[in-house]
Amino acid sequence: MGDISQTLKEQILQAGKSGQKLNIEGGGTKAFMGRSADTDAGTLKLGEHTGIVEYHPVELIMTARAGTNLAEIEATLAEEGQCLHFEPPRFGEGSTLGGTLACNLSGPARPWSGSVRDQVLGIRLLNGKGEHLRFGGQVMKNVAGYDTSRLQAGAMGTLGAITEISLKVMPKPAMSLTLVEEMSLDDVIHYMNSRAKEPKPITGAAWVDGKVYLRLAGARSAVEATAEKWSGDVTEQGDAFWQQLQHMQHDFFAGDEPLWRFSVGSTAGNPELDGPWLIDWAGSQRWYRGEADIARMETLAQRAGGQVSLFRGGDRTDEVMHHQPRALKELQSRLKKSFDPEGIFNPGRLYSWL
Amino acid sequence: MTTKPKVSRAELAEQFRAFIDPDFVITDNETMKPYECDGMSMYCEMPMLVVLPETAEQVQRIMRICNEHEVPVVARGAGTGLSAGAMPHKEGVVLSLAKFNRILDIDPLARTARLQPGVRNLAISEEAAQFGLYYGPDPSSQIACTIGGNVAENSGGVHCLKYGLTVHNILSVEMITAEGERVTIGSDALDVCGMDLLALMTGSEGLLGIVTEVKVKLLPKPEVAQVVMAGFDSVQKAGDAVGGIISHGIIPGGLEMMDGHAIIAADDFAQAGYPREAKALLLCEVDGTEEEVHEHIAQAEALFRKLGATSVKTSQSEEERALLWKGRKSAFPAVGRISPDYYCMDGTIPRRYLAHVLLEMEKMSEEFGLRVANVFHAGDGNLHPLILFDANVPGEFERTEAFGGRILDLCVEVGGCITGEHGVGVEKIRQMAVQFNDEELQQFHDVKAAFDPAGILNPGKGVPALRFCQEYRSLEHKQHKHDTVEAAHG
Repeated sequence: MGDISQTLKEQILQAGKSGQKLNIEGGGTKAFMGRSADTDAGTLKLGEHTGIVEYHPVELIMTARAGTNLAEIEATLAEEGQCLHFEPPRFGEGSTLGGTLACNLSGPARPWSGSVRDQVLGIRLLNGKGEHLRFGGQVMKNVAGYDTSRLQAGAMGTLGAITEISLKVMPKPAMSLTLVEEMSLDDVIHYMNSRAKEPKPITGAAWVDGKVYLRLAGARSAVEATAEKWSGDVTEQGDAFWQQLQHMQHDFFAGDEPLWRFSVGSTAGNPELDGPWLIDWAGSQRWYRGEADIARMETLAQRAGGQVSLFRGGDRTDEVMHHQPRALKELQSRLKKSFDPEGIFNPGRLYSWL
Repeated sequence: MTTKPKVSRAELAEQFRAFIDPDFVITDNETMKPYECDGMSMYCEMPMLVVLPETAEQVQRIMRICNEHEVPVVARGAGTGLSAGAMPHKEGVVLSLAKFNRILDIDPLARTARLQPGVRNLAISEEAAQFGLYYGPDPSSQIACTIGGNVAENSGGVHCLKYGLTVHNILSVEMITAEGERVTIGSDALDVCGMDLLALMTGSEGLLGIVTEVKVKLLPKPEVAQVVMAGFDSVQKAGDAVGGIISHGIIPGGLEMMDGHAIIAADDFAQAGYPREAKALLLCEVDGTEEEVHEHIAQAEALFRKLGATSVKTSQSEEERALLWKGRKSAFPAVGRISPDYYCMDGTIPRRYLAHVLLEMEKMSEEFGLRVANVFHAGDGNLHPLILFDANVPGEFERTEAFGGRILDLCVEVGGCITGEHGVGVEKIRQMAVQFNDEELQQFHDVKAAFDPAGILNPGKGVPALRFCQEYRSLEHKQHKHDTVEAAHG
């Protein structure tokens, strides 16, 4: 427990010498994500590299080791009336900060409060040469050097092992309130975007099972005045709903049916696919359940101005992420090589070719 | 980069003129003169030639030619940069994006705008205003600076504590790589699969690609904004008040601090009604719905009084709000009136070290015999010390630079960084060796090589060659001289 960076470094150096590959693992709660892990590879265990290194509530900044549990971080912040306002999902008790950044996971508030990537100020990273590098810093503004900290968001550990993260934290909103009303999928995209266009304290807009949910959060007076003005009924179950959505515990996510994530333009017409949908992020993030061919899904996603990934289930030996155009594939291959010349980390986890 | 150009100026110009209006392939020194520097005019260099394409296809062809002949390319927007990031390379091409000045479309419902890179920052908000929308990042140079340059520098502004930097406010860029590939990074969505190349591109100072189109997010214009001005008899108290406001749960739209020298200079210039006897002044803007602003302004006023403010005043009209900001926004030209020249620094520090850093700076000010005035994006820890000097006094700029270098070293010492928003460029390239070790700098070079194997994009900027770093780290900084500056002054 605590700082095990030296051990991690030695393991990487050893792997470099012996030609071994390493799967990076934190709490192990995101094992279902990405392509199937290489079963011949060893495991680089970040789950024991833990601890909050610094926390300055007045500066809105926290630094924690990558293996630190999200629950621990959020409990510490709560003592000071603060929070991770990108609302990271937890897929189990073990979910860590490092895995959250590597997978770029953020919850319902994301369009308004930003993503985990948006809050990152700096990182420490062990690259494939076993060098323990420090990028960015503990300040809100920092343009010295390339932003290799935020580059890690979505890279799924293919560039190295993130060991430490500094991020911006925020005060918890003084109060929040949820409005709910019946609405069809055809109408809801326009409705959510119209609401998001108003200068009101909105921090959530989701649709599922024929109902639209809007969350208002901030100064009490502003929240109450807006709720008065807007349509929809105040629901007592609001907090529970957003938590279920954040942690993907809503009934929509239950079962083994393949789960597809469409990250698209917020106003795009919904892809014509029969089956259950859940719309979040005021239309920017849309979930679909069902068997489908990834090539077909990509066409639909592109038409909606975005991309698709097979988030959970289905065939994970094939590609599960939206394909990269040739030039971007080349750039990412070269970047991978620059951080991890021997290809030690998470082989084939993000793409078969990476 | 020391490679000799493999093509002559005339040959290169001829190749460009085959597909670009010959009037916009500039090779004569007189017409090229305005391109010799950016906003950091102490650093100058004449380029081999200047070219002004008007389509992405033309940029693509220029890059292919330059890559083939290994000719350096320096992209340039409005030239307002403050770190000499757009200073030409003497054996290279300046690629001006001035003709890419169209707003391509605004989608009010999606709250996005598609822009050519030469569109001015302020023009975006002016155009979006008809839909009740605006573009968040508002650097002080927003009247002139362009969105392409904002992407290259990851520009912030007065409102970035609440609304973020450029990196938080863009959805995609179309860019031409060093090898002449045309790629789109990002999409209409909030994220895409794979590594976050959009973040990597933002703030890369023209070293990784040439941006030819940008899609930005627009925000709903807040219903109301009001400013509370609070004067304090010490910098420490003002610094504590900043922390007090934020830990109280109020995230101001803008939170700015000025020290005594800056207060008087700005008030002389703008007659903003600042408390001239104060040692520090805070401007705290709260925006949002009417109810929210009303609630938060009352809390802010009470907090400032409790935390020792000697004067507290709140804007009661838009005119009054504008006047209070006018002083702050004209702080640089105001300081320009009390000194023949000034040199603006851009370090960032954890706010808890503010008083310490300002005190150390005062000591250095005496040591170097140069005055310094401070304006400060207090909410996010970004310091802008203005060192006052006279370029006509021999040796004074060199002393100013040495003083500036020491300030940046101090910022790094307390856990901050050498540049919050102006970029490294040429100006701060030596201090990179203080903030980063050789392994980190080498990783940056390797990232650069992944995008630009021949090293033609803005060579000599941003990341120092490792062989110079040891030298800088071991030297007494005050003895340090910079080749470019010597050349400029010689």
